[in-house]
Amino acid sequence: MIKLLNVRKGFNLGRPNEFVAVDGVTLSMEANRVTVLKGPSGSGKTTLLSLIGCMARPTSGRIILQRGLPREYLFPNGGDTTEVEVTSLPERFLTEIRRRTFGFIFQQFNLLKGITVLENVMLPAFPLGEKHGVVKKRALALLEMFGLSGRALAKVEWLSGGEAQRVAIARALMNNPPVIIADEPTAHLDSKLSSAFMEIIARLKDQGKTAIIASHDPLVFEAKMVDRVISVRDGMLEGDTA
Amino acid sequence: MARWIEKYRSILDFTLSSLVRRKGKNLSLLVVYVLVVFMLGSAMFLTEAMKREASLVLKGAPEMVIQRLLQGRYDPIPMSYLEKIRGIRGVISAEPRLWGYIYDSAIGANYTLMVPRNVALPSGEIMIGNGISRRRMIYSKDMMSFNLSNGSSRVFTVRDVISPESELVSADLVLLSEGDFREIFELPSTHATDLVVKIRNPKELVTVAKKVMELLPDTRPIIRDEMVRTYDSVFDWRGGIVTVLLMMALLAFVILAWEKASGLSADEKREIGILKAIGWETSDVIAVKAYEGLLISFFSFTVGILLAYGHVFFFSAALFAPAMKGWSVLYPDFRITPFVDPYQVAVLFFLTVVPYTVATIVPSWRAAIVDPDSVMRS
Ligand SMILES: Nc1ncnc2c1ncn2[C@@H]1O[C@H](COP(=O)(O)OP(=O)(O)OP(=O)(O)O)[C@@H](O)[C@H]1O
Ligand SMILES: [Mg+2]
Repeated sequence: MIKLLNVRKGFNLGRPNEFVAVDGVTLSMEANRVTVLKGPSGSGKTTLLSLIGCMARPTSGRIILQRGLPREYLFPNGGDTTEVEVTSLPERFLTEIRRRTFGFIFQQFNLLKGITVLENVMLPAFPLGEKHGVVKKRALALLEMFGLSGRALAKVEWLSGGEAQRVAIARALMNNPPVIIADEPTAHLDSKLSSAFMEIIARLKDQGKTAIIASHDPLVFEAKMVDRVISVRDGMLEGDTA
Repeated sequence: MARWIEKYRSILDFTLSSLVRRKGKNLSLLVVYVLVVFMLGSAMFLTEAMKREASLVLKGAPEMVIQRLLQGRYDPIPMSYLEKIRGIRGVISAEPRLWGYIYDSAIGANYTLMVPRNVALPSGEIMIGNGISRRRMIYSKDMMSFNLSNGSSRVFTVRDVISPESELVSADLVLLSEGDFREIFELPSTHATDLVVKIRNPKELVTVAKKVMELLPDTRPIIRDEMVRTYDSVFDWRGGIVTVLLMMALLAFVILAWEKASGLSADEKREIGILKAIGWETSDVIAVKAYEGLLISFFSFTVGILLAYGHVFFFSAALFAPAMKGWSVLYPDFRITPFVDPYQVAVLFFLTVVPYTVATIVPSWRAAIVDPDSVMRS
């Protein structure tokens, strides 16, 4: 459902500090699977995730989203291609795809300080122009699902690490995306909370979602619900359990 | 359509909670902004009102006034000059005027004493301006005395308090009879303070003025247009002290705006990155910043203008008083007639709201075009 063809990503090209973070990666990922990218620090996991999630464009190579993603996510206004090549899309469409296809869980959670938990969760839905009441209801339902109902009106800076992460997950699910992308999701969590996070991933998988996780935490890549572990080193694929 | 409205409503909601979030920063911004609008607005209201007052004064002023100069200083003019002036071609009439200043040590102010041309007051009776009436708490039928230069004093009965068309003109005015005037100032009946001349055709003003100077070399004709021009240059807010003031305030404002433009904090940049990463478009982020700029602008502008209005028209521009009109103690409790020129308010609006809003949008636009993946690294 997501295909990478000979994807390269370089930084500061043509300058003395030129660096190639992803070097000729060819990869194909199936829907409704949990895939973990593992590898040492600096190996290019985050870069790879941001390419897959349409956050950045590759320097060369192609990234293709295939059928298998529900069509309305790819083409909310219709459209008849079975594949879409992300690499050639203008910025506007990339944003649209990012918004409808991917839910991101960042390593530092990236919640907005000073506003409430509820507002944070609602944020991704604002540009869609849904009715405020509908959005709020959905956000409250998500918070309920993660046991955060009581914290809806709390400011995010009052939250514990585990709570903050669950808020981040709720936010990632706000627009009901088919794919969840998580970068080092357990880096700030103890082992109990890390296991809880993987349980949530298992639940989402049961609901039909796809998860792509970058991590070097054994608790993550050794978890039983993980379908596939891809090892990355120096921007290249090194091993693959699939 | 409904989606579109719903979207911008949500974004507006978010903007409001964002503004509350950065309370300290936005509050200090608001204070400076309100202050700038207040200063500019006050200057604008005051000069415009003064100009209007002045034009009221001048509307009633004669086309030409002739004074006599002796060794370069003002001196009473002989009544005999009247005949010579009336003989000049183009002159309709020439009349003497009697007026002068007298100092009242009781309140430390100068009054303008004047003999009215159209009413003849009986000896011993006066009419006073409402500035004097207020300060001395003297009203109709009361008595009022003046100290004369020879050390004696004279008592008058107040016949009436003059109702003002323009307070600036009448506040310090005392009207009295010719006899009383001449007695107080020891002015013989052969002389007058100055002469006013009516001329058939305004185009002939300059020619007549030249003739007067040829005929009576010790006189100086003053043409009303010259007075108008002098007033205009003093009070015109586009050319005068006010312009300097305005420029300084505007400069301060521009510095403030650019300070803000260059000072998009790391926190703000990060937030923009987060919004983009979770699927906001560049235009949505800019909408937030535009709302922010507009909300702050509109609010500050409105508050600033209202404060300026109150300051000028209810508190007589107390803060500017020393600079603008320090002539007389009669004026502190003098109220300027409210007058607002919508054109000037509009100009002030565009000089503040537009640049400020632009200055808030531009930097966020720069930040909004960066790749959203920047937030994936701390
Ligand atoms: N914007 C950038 N400019 C220059 N170099 C970059 C940039 N982003 C990433 N890199 C470099 O690319 C390499 C891969 O970075 P990346 O963040 O993808 O690694 P990672 O596998 O996620 O590491 P970690 O486990 O520490 O998060 C690193 O050496 C990093 O310094
Ligand atoms: Mg990383």
